[in-house]
Amino acid sequence: MAENNRAVVKLKERFAADIVAVKKFRGEVTVTVKKENIVEICSFLKTALAYNMLTDVTAVDYLGQEPRFLVVYNLYSIPNKDRLRVKAQVDESACTIDTVSNVWSSADWLEREVYDLFGIIFNNHPDLRRILMTDDWVGHPLRKDYPLQGPDREPYKNRLS
Amino acid sequence: MAQKETMTVNMGPQHPSTHGVLRLVIELDGEVIEKITPHIGYLHRGVEKLSEHRTYHQTLPLTDRLDYLAPMSNNLGYVLAVEKLLDIEIPERAQTVRVITAELTRLKSHLVWLACHALDIGAMTVFIYAFREREKVMQLYEKLSGARMTSNYYRVGGLSTDVYDGFEKDVQEIIDTFPGFFDTYEGLLTKNTIWLQRTVGNGVISAEDAIDAGITGPALRGSGVDWDLRRDNPYSGYEKYSFKVPVGEKCDTFDRYKVRFIEMREAVKIISQALDSLKPGPVLADEPQICYPPKENVYNSIEGLIHHFKIATEGFSVPEGEVYQSVEAPKGELGFYLVSDGGNKPYRMRVRPPSFVNLSAIEKMAKGAMIADLVAVIGTLDIVLGEIDR
Repeated sequence: MAENNRAVVKLKERFAADIVAVKKFRGEVTVTVKKENIVEICSFLKTALAYNMLTDVTAVDYLGQEPRFLVVYNLYSIPNKDRLRVKAQVDESACTIDTVSNVWSSADWLEREVYDLFGIIFNNHPDLRRILMTDDWVGHPLRKDYPLQGPDREPYKNRLS
Repeated sequence: MAQKETMTVNMGPQHPSTHGVLRLVIELDGEVIEKITPHIGYLHRGVEKLSEHRTYHQTLPLTDRLDYLAPMSNNLGYVLAVEKLLDIEIPERAQTVRVITAELTRLKSHLVWLACHALDIGAMTVFIYAFREREKVMQLYEKLSGARMTSNYYRVGGLSTDVYDGFEKDVQEIIDTFPGFFDTYEGLLTKNTIWLQRTVGNGVISAEDAIDAGITGPALRGSGVDWDLRRDNPYSGYEKYSFKVPVGEKCDTFDRYKVRFIEMREAVKIISQALDSLKPGPVLADEPQICYPPKENVYNSIEGLIHHFKIATEGFSVPEGEVYQSVEAPKGELGFYLVSDGGNKPYRMRVRPPSFVNLSAIEKMAKGAMIADLVAVIGTLDIVLGEIDR
């Protein structure tokens, strides 16, 4: 069970009020947390639980639900060779979250990409600029309300429902 | 004392040694690099956005075009992620052929790395030799899948087709001849004074910094971190093969060069073991809801045709959930994070590109070096812009 996972037990002791849900699916443990203490949670995971590598930062847009965005951190522990996924809830009305780039420097570019494609602002980020799109681009392409064909186009309806 | 002045130099996006369309804005104090600002995104095609509007089978060809030097590794990461979501078993023969082709892909990708890295530093002979050998793998690719680069050979559930007659012989020829070619390249480079002067002590990054920066693959092992996903989190039956994971000591470009060379030799050993264990059997899982029917059924029966048509147009539904599956691609950890809402298209597909994260450490590796050494650092990172920009 996911609740017996070493990291989850330790996290629950320390950050009981921040944890929203714990889920295990296909052997992968996902912890959903509130965004306020994300930096403390990540530092704790890195220093006390040896999740020394931040593999990936991304986001998922659940348009029409509250909270709209989930920022997803895929962590890996090289000494223990296991993975943990932490998801932080971000509302559309307050579309910001604190940066973890001072915990792992790999977060720098990965967070820039999330900002670029989803429009989530990372507070205290050292260099929050667009990375894949051009600097003068309007909109955030990976949002679900951004048309596939590009800005100012009707959504494509011909195929695949 | 004169006031210190820096000069800003633009490198790329059209530059032969940036391996694609990478633009670097470099601040120089004389010839010494003070600051590097990479600009990427020139090749952004929106693969992640497109995949949200395509069925799972239709997304597969898009993955070929991420790291176009190692298409089968991308296919492998993607199909493994979908198969994990579906929770299906893959026949053993399909797994073994996947290992053989994934390791051939590693050879193919590393040969391009070697060729371009050497050419960037001025060793042109190696470039021509390595491309000659890469051609042998490309021809095998073509016989296997019909395409030299964008192979699209795997399918969710197995392989698109069984290997051709004579595949074993072609692979055996590669196993027999490639170690000799590696000796030739090493003879040209490993003790070459010019090569050593350009690579030893260049682009040093400590193990701690490399982990912190998220560097994976040969670049991380060159910094002395003994970590390989094929061994530590095995997939597709890699646990059955014995191979060495090389690690460097001095964390410099020369150590990364040695690590990649040993990796190529180990890849040949894995291919050899996999070829020995290749047994006849099905290459597609027995999952009619997911897999395409055999071609003879499609051509000869109406039921087969309808079956094919249903899967080609509607695809298949995937249980609700999310998975992250990563493979040890030639460049590092290539991960696919898939979120399914229960429909026939991914709700969200995220590609974790190794080159993107590796490139973000370029400033750490090249700061304080001469501008000519930056070319060696780009070469040793082994980046592919198709994967960085997606």
